[in-house]
Amino acid sequence: MTKAKKYWKGLAELNNDPIVEKLRQNEFVEEIPVDEFLGDKDISATSTSRRDFLKFLGFTTAAATLAACETPVNKAIPYVIKPEEVTPGVANYYATTMYDGHDFGSILVKTREGRPIKIESNKTATNARIQASVLSLYDSGRLQNPTKNGTDSDWETMDAEITAELNKISANGGNIAILTSTVLSPSTKSLIADFSSKYGNVKHVQMDAVSYSGMLDANKASFGVRALPTYSFDKANVIVSFGADFLGNWLNADYATAYAAGRNPNSGKMSKHYQIETSLSLTGSNADERVQIKPSEQAGLLSNLYNALNGGSADSRIAKLANDLANNAGNSIVVCNSNNAEVQTLVNAINNKLGNYENTMSLSKPSYLKQGNDTDVATLIKDMNAGKISALFTHNVNPSYSLQNVAEYNSGIKKVGLTVATSLYNDESAENMTYVCADNHYLESWGDAMPAHGEYTLMQPTISPLFNGRQFQESMMAWMGKSDYHTYLQNYYSFTDWNQSVHDGYFTSNDGKVNPASFAATVPSFALSKSERIEFEMTEKISMGDGSQSNNPWLQELPDPLSRASWDNYLTMSAATARELGITNWNISNGALNGNMVDITVNGTTYNDVPVMIQPGQAVGTIAMAVGYGRTAAGKCGNDIGFNAFTLGNGDATLKVVGGEYEFAAVQLHHTMMGREIVKETTLADFIVDPSSGNKETLYATHDGKKKGSEVTLWDEFDHSTGHFWNMSIDLTSCIGCAACVVSCHAENNVPVVGKEEIRKSRDMHWLRIDRYFSSDMTRELSEAEKVSAIDMYAKMEDPSGNPETVYQPVMCQHCNHAPCETVCPVAATSHSAEGQNHMAYNRCVGTRYCANNCPYKVRRFNWFQYSENDKFDFNMNDDYGKMVLNPDVVVRSRGVIEKCSMCLQKIQETKLDAKKTGRTVRDEDAQTACSSVCPTNAIVFGDSNDSSHEISDLKNDPRKYDLLDHLNVAPSVFYQTKIRNKA
Amino acid sequence: MQKESEIRDPLILGNKSYHDITRDIARPVEGKANKYWWILFSLSLVLFLWGVLSMAYTIGTGIGAWGLNKTVNWAWDITNFVWWIGIGHAGTLISAVLLLFRQKWRMSINRSAEAMTIFGVLQASLFPIIHMGRPWLAYYVFPIPNQFGSLWVNFNSPLLWDVFAISTYFSVSLVFWYIGLIPDFAMLRDRFSEKVSPMKKKLYAFLSFGWSGKAKHWQRFEEVSLVLAGLATPLVFSVHSIVSMDFATSVIPGWHTTIFPPYFVLGALFSGFAMVETLLIIMRKVVNLESYITIKHIEYMNIIILLTGSLVGTAYITELFMSWYSGVEFEQYAFLNRATGPYWWAYAIMMTCNVLTPQLYWFSSIRKSFVATFILSIFVNIGMWFERFVIIVTSLHRDFLPSSWSMFSPSFIDIGIYLGTIGFFFTLFLLYARTFPVIAQAELKTIVKSSGSEYKNKK
Repeated sequence: MTKAKKYWKGLAELNNDPIVEKLRQNEFVEEIPVDEFLGDKDISATSTSRRDFLKFLGFTTAAATLAACETPVNKAIPYVIKPEEVTPGVANYYATTMYDGHDFGSILVKTREGRPIKIESNKTATNARIQASVLSLYDSGRLQNPTKNGTDSDWETMDAEITAELNKISANGGNIAILTSTVLSPSTKSLIADFSSKYGNVKHVQMDAVSYSGMLDANKASFGVRALPTYSFDKANVIVSFGADFLGNWLNADYATAYAAGRNPNSGKMSKHYQIETSLSLTGSNADERVQIKPSEQAGLLSNLYNALNGGSADSRIAKLANDLANNAGNSIVVCNSNNAEVQTLVNAINNKLGNYENTMSLSKPSYLKQGNDTDVATLIKDMNAGKISALFTHNVNPSYSLQNVAEYNSGIKKVGLTVATSLYNDESAENMTYVCADNHYLESWGDAMPAHGEYTLMQPTISPLFNGRQFQESMMAWMGKSDYHTYLQNYYSFTDWNQSVHDGYFTSNDGKVNPASFAATVPSFALSKSERIEFEMTEKISMGDGSQSNNPWLQELPDPLSRASWDNYLTMSAATARELGITNWNISNGALNGNMVDITVNGTTYNDVPVMIQPGQAVGTIAMAVGYGRTAAGKCGNDIGFNAFTLGNGDATLKVVGGEYEFAAVQLHHTMMGREIVKETTLADFIVDPSSGNKETLYATHDGKKKGSEVTLWDEFDHSTGHFWNMSIDLTSCIGCAACVVSCHAENNVPVVGKEEIRKSRDMHWLRIDRYFSSDMTRELSEAEKVSAIDMYAKMEDPSGNPETVYQPVMCQHCNHAPCETVCPVAATSHSAEGQNHMAYNRCVGTRYCANNCPYKVRRFNWFQYSENDKFDFNMNDDYGKMVLNPDVVVRSRGVIEKCSMCLQKIQETKLDAKKTGRTVRDEDAQTACSSVCPTNAIVFGDSNDSSHEISDLKNDPRKYDLLDHLNVAPSVFYQTKIRNKA
Repeated sequence: MQKESEIRDPLILGNKSYHDITRDIARPVEGKANKYWWILFSLSLVLFLWGVLSMAYTIGTGIGAWGLNKTVNWAWDITNFVWWIGIGHAGTLISAVLLLFRQKWRMSINRSAEAMTIFGVLQASLFPIIHMGRPWLAYYVFPIPNQFGSLWVNFNSPLLWDVFAISTYFSVSLVFWYIGLIPDFAMLRDRFSEKVSPMKKKLYAFLSFGWSGKAKHWQRFEEVSLVLAGLATPLVFSVHSIVSMDFATSVIPGWHTTIFPPYFVLGALFSGFAMVETLLIIMRKVVNLESYITIKHIEYMNIIILLTGSLVGTAYITELFMSWYSGVEFEQYAFLNRATGPYWWAYAIMMTCNVLTPQLYWFSSIRKSFVATFILSIFVNIGMWFERFVIIVTSLHRDFLPSSWSMFSPSFIDIGIYLGTIGFFFTLFLLYARTFPVIAQAELKTIVKSSGSEYKNKK
């Protein structure tokens, strides 16, 4: 032990004087004046009495209790070095591209303190899934590390092993296959080409979960272009769709905007839309006229239509549309959902005959959104099984889930030496692969896309990778011994102004035109057939799509616009067929929907105990089921919900009714308007004569004649003549029910997810819902004519028609200026603003729910439980990653309070503050709500009606404008525009 | 010729002397409880505990423990609230209104009827608190000066009116009850010996406020009783009118009805008398008060039940008529749906128990039968519970927009809380029956002589 150097303060210390030690022991040299301090002269001399002891004890206990009651303090740690572009409390927006192999969107991402929290549309409109994709970023169920044989590995090891394997295969002349979704990215294609030239024998196969291969092949055969036409639905006078759900999922393109633009009655032009389909689709529900057919009848009817256009006689079901098409040659569109190349060739022939090409649809500027090739996929699977493939790389696909012949594919994988998946999840396919490379979410990645000829969009990361993932392109480069895809991408786009393009998110390049050949295919002919068998059709839900985002609780909870059921897939069946088979749906004592179950066999695949939902609009003798469910490796939210319809495939079905009841979770249990004027509607012909047709205000009989509700009022009016008066107009003609607004509202306002059980108890928390009503065969007029008693009339009105007319009505808080909720709250927790909004003070709310009872629109939502940080509600708000998506501007509500639409108060406030800071007046276009900003059809318009220059002021005085439940005279700030149908 | 005035039937049977009355009334307090009391008490206590657990669970996890949903935001909670408040009404009517009208038959029953009022209102007042999403903030409903800023209660809200109405009602009823109890507590005090039961002696001495039976005491007693009766009488009408305004001032079809205030008051008296009958018929047996609570009392109450029941029935039919006559389709549907919709059975129970079965009281044999009265009183209790259920749930479950229509089904917690309040009520009532003078004996003694029959019999 070395002797430590010794320092001393004085000689006394050096000499070890005992006084030093004594002083050291005595911390306080002078006596602490405790007695003086406590005001008791000699407290230390006295002994504490029992009374005093109890006093102290009481005081300490009380103090401790009080301290414990205090709200826990959350510590905010400031940036040590503040990133230049991040200002706490101020959002940054980045333009990027959303592409997950299924949906494509050019989007703006709102980030707060470096976290993406909301998606807005940029060049293309967004749908529900694109809106929800920001939550998929924060999915803790994503792959967090690269794995080898299911155990976590690291990139160095993985890369070394994979490269070694590749070199071996390359040396042996083995075949390498790359199976991806449609690759929209030109730079990725170039990378794959580089990869191919490095290793040789590389085959790149593209597949789409929902395949459009038939259509692509038909276009190749007809025009020599293997691409999709771009459609201009706004230019068409007549739109005929044979089953194509182009407003919902067909081609995953945003046709809704153009469609709505072509159907604006105020502009005097409204296209006529026919839908000939089997299952009621979102598009079909918006059609002016809808014909129900069996899938097997489609080809025959198309053939018949082709013949009719060439002078033949048309089938009675399509005679009218054939006539309309003939009269609008060159101004019409015919689309079809068939994946059969021959049927699509027929559709091409019809469009060609009508001269629609290069008028309403274009192949010279084609769309590349779908490039999958079924033949290539089939060949690959065959080769895999034959042992001809030495290495298989997959990206953005889940073939073990989305292929019909899953077993064949899975057995093929076992014969491939090197299997590498690049995937966000350890999904059904990745589970079968040796190496699984954790992919980066698109919000963490660089990239690009060419959705249509000459149109480019760029993808930039908006957050650094949350997990130890790496995007596919980076991996490809690593396996080629290179790195830095970012630079690669930048170099690829050296022909454009990179910074500007990244800033904008998209650019158009003069790539010239594709020159399609003139139509040269032989037109196939099909006979009109009539099948007696029950036919099965695969459909796609707007919430789930192909199922790639099925671990997203927002999407699982998003009710289907037509069945209004969430958290499920099921067979849809018409009431007539169900009656024949003895199947029913019924409501149990708390209102929840139950249904019978069947065993179903299609194409040799059988599912047992499949629930049946009776769906008006489903063609008689047909059944349908949505794909995207029945996942087994999606994550905790998406697993084991429903059945995988991909493995069934379209075809004839055998059904066997089995015992047992199935429990659905539907948010709407009644489907008709019960003869009430909730959605006011009229026809285009009537509208042209009288723009206010179908929009008559309810009158009251008074002693002084009939009067409007607003004329017999006891209310003191709020003065809204000055300042802002925020109003919202919802055009029921434009609204297609796509539900993008519902998810947008979820994201903006931190709306909780409650899960299937709670939805079943009618406790959904959606601030904005889209009510869907079907028409009924029974009407008030009919009951009067046929002398039906009121009881019978109402009973029959509850049943929707077999092929109903559908209306969608988005309903959020109507912000009544005579609000029934405001008067009844005992603690004034809900009150009116000077700007026409109905506010909710969560802190003040005690939760009597009187306001919710007295709300005629039933838009108020009660927090029945604590929905955040509660293991019983194990969704994104109970997850450290999932919570990152929460909007910091909106409070997360606690249990026991009422919540509801605030008209995005936080956004309005931000707009007003921005205007104030820059010293200008509020520009109305800046003020948007979450729902109005994402509406693809501009059905929701928000603005200050005191600003006469804003669209909302005109809409407020439009003859089509009406207040929902106007007879109540609650004077809502939200109003609707009548629904207009282009029908006789 | 000698004209003998008709002598009224005696209100107390069995030729009781003052001392007999004292002994009879003091017996349950002085003696030991019998087997039936213990059985009933344990049963009530078990129910009460179940209720306490259910309430604790609700407060611990959230109102989601109940069967409510986004459409039906009130169901059993407010049904129970209105039911219990209604039950309380008979007590005040008997003690206040009948006092003003000098109906002496009330003296045998007013004490217990008032006890029922107090205990009933106590149950009722639980619901506005526990039905809140955040009951720990219940004090927000009081206009307490605070430092939260300019926060104040909303005087437009009927729920706030409820707060005032119920607290006033409860305090006036309690004071009225207590004032009446003072001479009787003094009687008990005097009977307990300091040596044998010093604690009881002390307790009743404290409770009797030094009552010594001086003439001045009696004079003040009478004056205060009269003043309080005058104060309580308007409360009989105001409380339930205000409760009815929770519904009447709303916009929901089936709630938005101007007939509600009188309709609710009548319904409350109707159900209150039924509950008084249920309780007294049990009590007269259990604590041997057959001589004091006679068929005469029962018959009088039956007549009131018959009257109020018929009036309530008229109100039901008026509602139906008005909905048809209004020409408003929402109103029409609301009432059609009540009678023929998914809750038709609740409507049928309500109509049967409240309108049809009380009509049996036209028959004097039924009117004068303890057994029949007991059964029918239970019917009325059930019917009136369903009346509130029908009004609340069937109006809410299908209101304006069919997209929001839903149904309600109670959870175990809902049932637990309801039965818990019944348990709590009976626990209190049974404790009361063993510790309080259950009949206002001091007052009762004033009518012993009013009958000449005793004199006649002596002759």
